[in-house]
Amino acid sequence: MDCKETLESELNELRNTFNSGITKQESWRRSQLKALLSLLEEKEDDIFKALQQDLGKHRIEAFRDEVGPLIKSVNYALKGLKQWMSSKKADLPIAAFPARAELVPEPLGVALVISSWNFPFGVSLEPLVGAIAAGNAVVLKPSELAPASSSVLANTIHTYLDNKAIKVIQGGPSIGQKLLQQKWDKIFFTGSAKVARIVMTAAAINLTPITVELGGKCPAIVDSLSSSWDKEIAMKRILAAKFGTCAGQACIAIDYILVEKKFSATLVKLLKASILSMFGENPKELNSIGRIINNNHFSRLRKLLDEPGVKASIVHGGSLDEDALFMEPTLLVDPPLKSGVMIEEIFGPLLPIITVEKIEDSIEIIKSRPRALAIYAFTNNENFKKKLVYETSSGSVIFNDAIIQYVADSLPFGGVGECGFGKYHGKFSFDVFSHEKAVARRSFLLDFWFRYPPWNDKKLQLFRSAYRFNYLEIILILLGLKKS
Amino acid sequence: MALDMEGMMKELRETYASGKTKSYEWRISQLRALLKIADHHDKEITEALRCDLNKPELESFVYEIASMKSSCQLALKQLKRWMKPEKAKTSLTTFPSSGQIVSEPLGVVLVISAWNFPFLLSLDPVIGAITAGNVVVLKPSEIAPATSALLSKLLGEYMDTSAVKVVEGAVDETTALLEQKWDKIFFTGNGKVGRIVLTAAVKHLTPVALELGGKSPVVVDKNINLKVAARRIIAGKWGCNNGQACVSPDYMITTKDYASQLLDVLRSELETFYGKDPLKSEDLSRIVNSNHFLRLTNLLDDEKVSGKIVHGGQRDKTNLKIAPTILLDVPQDSLIMNEEIFGPLLPILTVNKIEDSIDVINAREKPLAAYLFTNDKRIKEEFIRNVSTGGLLVNDTILHVAEHSLPFGGVGESGMGAYHGKFSFDAFSHKKAVLQRSFAGDVPARYPPYTPGKLRFLKALLNGDVVGLIRALIGCPTRLEKEKKSSIRKSKSPLGNPSGQPKQSFGPHGHCYRIQKLMR
Repeated sequence: MDCKETLESELNELRNTFNSGITKQESWRRSQLKALLSLLEEKEDDIFKALQQDLGKHRIEAFRDEVGPLIKSVNYALKGLKQWMSSKKADLPIAAFPARAELVPEPLGVALVISSWNFPFGVSLEPLVGAIAAGNAVVLKPSELAPASSSVLANTIHTYLDNKAIKVIQGGPSIGQKLLQQKWDKIFFTGSAKVARIVMTAAAINLTPITVELGGKCPAIVDSLSSSWDKEIAMKRILAAKFGTCAGQACIAIDYILVEKKFSATLVKLLKASILSMFGENPKELNSIGRIINNNHFSRLRKLLDEPGVKASIVHGGSLDEDALFMEPTLLVDPPLKSGVMIEEIFGPLLPIITVEKIEDSIEIIKSRPRALAIYAFTNNENFKKKLVYETSSGSVIFNDAIIQYVADSLPFGGVGECGFGKYHGKFSFDVFSHEKAVARRSFLLDFWFRYPPWNDKKLQLFRSAYRFNYLEIILILLGLKKS
Repeated sequence: MALDMEGMMKELRETYASGKTKSYEWRISQLRALLKIADHHDKEITEALRCDLNKPELESFVYEIASMKSSCQLALKQLKRWMKPEKAKTSLTTFPSSGQIVSEPLGVVLVISAWNFPFLLSLDPVIGAITAGNVVVLKPSEIAPATSALLSKLLGEYMDTSAVKVVEGAVDETTALLEQKWDKIFFTGNGKVGRIVLTAAVKHLTPVALELGGKSPVVVDKNINLKVAARRIIAGKWGCNNGQACVSPDYMITTKDYASQLLDVLRSELETFYGKDPLKSEDLSRIVNSNHFLRLTNLLDDEKVSGKIVHGGQRDKTNLKIAPTILLDVPQDSLIMNEEIFGPLLPILTVNKIEDSIDVINAREKPLAAYLFTNDKRIKEEFIRNVSTGGLLVNDTILHVAEHSLPFGGVGESGMGAYHGKFSFDAFSHKKAVLQRSFAGDVPARYPPYTPGKLRFLKALLNGDVVGLIRALIGCPTRLEKEKKSSIRKSKSPLGNPSGQPKQSFGPHGHCYRIQKLMR
């Protein structure tokens, strides 16, 4: 088949490029990262246009969430590259003297990055930064559900980066399948659990190491905050992290809120006021909120709202415009816990508010559910914070803000359990595309004759002492002053 | 006796949910219990290993018991430090904030062990699982039945059985275990079963570590202390479970003109170690079972290599023994060069110059270990730079595995993930990012309604550009914006700014202009 042959010949080219050693050179890696920086700065308008077309994202949202963080990440990689590439010394005990040991990072080879549709530039290029910094050749498969972005990625990467080592292969599930049939040295996948399983099954055939970045229901606990400044900031951050980020279609978006019953009415009032001031009377016209990606997801979200008990729990919003694929920011209070909106990852602008008797009860609720990519808590209670960190498990825990962990380079970004495995961002991106090779060197001097057969009790005794690092004993035995 | 798998998993999950395995005290108590097992039962352990593998007592001590104890002792000493959260330096982008990386256990983990170092390869990963605070099920290899039974008995007696369990058995039991939901699977064995484990892990998206094997090459250059080199190679090959180790030197590469000298020394040292009749030596492990014995004798009887045996080749079917055997210049397409040998056969390939060995190695799948004997600095560096392998040791064999500050694991076909020392703790932990933000120092630029001023601010913030931040705050356009504006202006009026006309002040640009005027 023509398509398959072209694919294979493209991959052969990548493999040959990798084998030539060029991608391992620091100068090559730097040149590609700098080229990526130029791409982001010079093609900013094209990127904004594509995101507007695919997702209705406002250019500032696009910069704040995708282009900006990418520029930051590339600069961070450029700054850290030399150090990341260098060998790290490892400590050896005296018993191994004379010897030297180090950890030498090396690229895995030819990597495949499969990206998602909601942050088509961010989620494609952040892993790419890591793959390039680590010295690999890469194929990027952007999501076909964001076609304008996929196209801009393909064109710009082709223009700015080294085509013999970095390729973009566009297409839908059938291209995805063909790619998965090839042999990769690493696969980095962002998307849904369902597709992750398909990718993982394919990876198993070639023993390909894989990283999967999935999603989940990220809860936000809102404690009673005494200061009105704190309340105001909390509302802004919550709303920005839900409706202001790809209309809630983000793996780290706040999925639902947990709040004490006595505070919930106040919370709803504050949220309503903030929604108005942030997104305006007519967010659809103002373009302060993005669109739902397509009709499938729109119907999925509509179904969630139509469930019995859920519609009745709406306290704000609820209006839908299918033609414009637009959903108004919608607040729900205590929808049934068994309803779809509380079981599946919402990935849309519906915000359920679940009330609890006391704030500590939220910990049990979170523990009873599958682990999430992030747990958010807006609180000034230090004891509660500690309890939350040590009693729950999640990809990450963020206090008094949301989404922002995405731009923290020194913190690993990734899931645990049902929300994925593996981590990236900052140096973790470099590490996820590297193999850390253990290298030890010994000298021919000082050979321990008791290492070798034929075995006898004296040798055994020496070994026992050696393993206890009891050097005095070793000397005594060797000198014949201690009986074995 | 049918194992109640569901009941066992329920108990394990409840134990984990209770939180007891997370406590420092619990982890220490379990590590101490493991140490007691090694100290009080070393005779039974070496007996079981003699029974399963005819392993010499010293090998059992050095490679299994002492190694395991050393892992335990390191963990006991370092655990408090490993459990401490790591501070993560946060930058201007999230200012003001503080970050931490907190290690937490993954939950309920499965360790599947191998037959060749059945004691060590079972307990070393279990030590990692326990130090990280997990609940663990160990499935020892049924091909080393005496050790498997002993592990089940001793762990049952000494460990907290609500959290640490041993499930013995073969294919059926392993399959049933793989169908359960695990938070991590740690597998040591061959690539074929590794693939089965990885495929089973898909159902619950379970992260997996695979410690596999491969053909670990040993390259021997000239101008070295040949006697010491030969001894170290022999100790690593035949002195370590008789070649049945994932890091055994599998095959050797040397130059054509050095081969005969190397061979002579190997032969004489082999005789020193194992005597004139190695089949009678008590210091050589036997082949583990008749399946593997048949597999190895087939490799020797392959017509492509049968004429290439230059030393050894003797076998004793009854006692499952094969003498240390060396073959010279076997063809690349022979059976022996296309599977992991895992036995006492050492093929030697010869090349014209030693650098050619790099291409020979890179033409094959990445091995778990690669060994190089040389005093030539240039060759050392070229080798280290160009050979991709799990671990690399210069001028010795095997020893790097005993070093806890080095990660032990493969790459490509030889595996994924690493352990030993703190790497074991990390292999069974989730590194949770914790970010604390304050309500003070809010950046309104993040929120809608969106304005060009906000965009400018965000650009400077995400670039860590303090000057840019200040400029944005007072409303100065960025260099790029100025360039864009000037290119638009240039295209609009090719003659430039007509003289006499005052410069228009475009909002913030004009503002900046005014401030600059004030500052002059």
